[in-house]
Amino acid sequence: MELQNFNFVRELVQTRSAIMLADEKVYLVESRLQPLARREGFASLDEFVAKLRMAANSSLYGKVVEAMTTNETSFFRDVQPFEALRKMVLPELITQRAAKRQLRIWCAASSTGQEPYSLAMLMREHFPQLATWDVKILATDLSTQVLEKARSGCYNQIEVNRGLPAPFLLKYFDRLGLNWQLKETIRQMIEFRPMNLIEAWPTLPTMDIVLIRNVLIYFDVPTKKGILAKIRRVLSPDGFLFLGGAESTLNLDDSYVRSEVERTSIYRLR
Amino acid sequence: MYALIVDDSRAMRRILRSIVEPLGFEIAEAGHGIEALQRLEERPDTELVLVDWNMPEMNGIDFVKAVRANPRYQNVKLVMVTTETEPAKMARALMAGADEFVMKPFTSDILLGKLQLIGVMPPEACG
Repeated sequence: MELQNFNFVRELVQTRSAIMLADEKVYLVESRLQPLARREGFASLDEFVAKLRMAANSSLYGKVVEAMTTNETSFFRDVQPFEALRKMVLPELITQRAAKRQLRIWCAASSTGQEPYSLAMLMREHFPQLATWDVKILATDLSTQVLEKARSGCYNQIEVNRGLPAPFLLKYFDRLGLNWQLKETIRQMIEFRPMNLIEAWPTLPTMDIVLIRNVLIYFDVPTKKGILAKIRRVLSPDGFLFLGGAESTLNLDDSYVRSEVERTSIYRLR
Repeated sequence: MYALIVDDSRAMRRILRSIVEPLGFEIAEAGHGIEALQRLEERPDTELVLVDWNMPEMNGIDFVKAVRANPRYQNVKLVMVTTETEPAKMARALMAGADEFVMKPFTSDILLGKLQLIGVMPPEACG
């Protein structure tokens, strides 16, 4: 695509989502926006972006930002964070919350739902006692399109092949033709809601666990700092924060203490 | 480290080899279950077997049962890599002693992820 068109998309995406696209991300813009341009009836991507540039604040802007929002994910992505949840974080919280019998968990960039559903399956499988607790998993994402898919709990064969242990597939999914759908008992554990991390946050309950993995990496430093500061306000004083493998609070927010559990980093408030 | 690839399709064996060999495994191949049992006997310290379901001579499920019936092979990890996607059949494979199940078609990251799940490879090797 033409450089000026790439720059326009880059600026649009940064303004709307704070996601920064480096120079070498031309391929990413092309691969994500080509299908959208075609769907909108344009012969080429450049023609599509030229139209965008002429129409100020077009309704297409939202679609462009949505298409550019990274949503690469899989069930039990990276494995280790889920091991840390199973072996240390959940047992500790279950002990600490024994009187209240309440847990609040937030997946802050839940994409197509694999992360919150992995967590729900893990809890059902290894902590059956939580079935009688008041447990709520809030899953939010910027993109309404991915949230719609997440809510359906419906995945194709490639998606359920990726990262999902076969016994879990058999136990927690029903086969629907070529697709597989999570059973209602798992789907009802999660509330999916749209939320843009860089806009004003709605009132959220105090969270025992926050997962915001592979999100900060796309933001500039002030935005990262702002998000970590806001998480500080919703995270329970003895709660746990999970970031992506390439992310850290280091040099961004010194109110968090990092520790390593099951070869994954977890963060707690000082 | 030894791995055994069992599939009657030479093309599929080649694909699986290209994914598993870079992990540091020395690879043996077999075209069906009987041949695979022979390969295992030659290398009883094989750590990983990737096995298809539908093959001549002895199919994958009978191979899995035969392996699990032999105390020498208790520690070998068995992964079925197959076009079978019927839940009942998958359940049979797991009941028979398969550790994991990969549905064809798959990508290399799917197979590597499954190997990570059953502890065959360290997480950092997944990239």
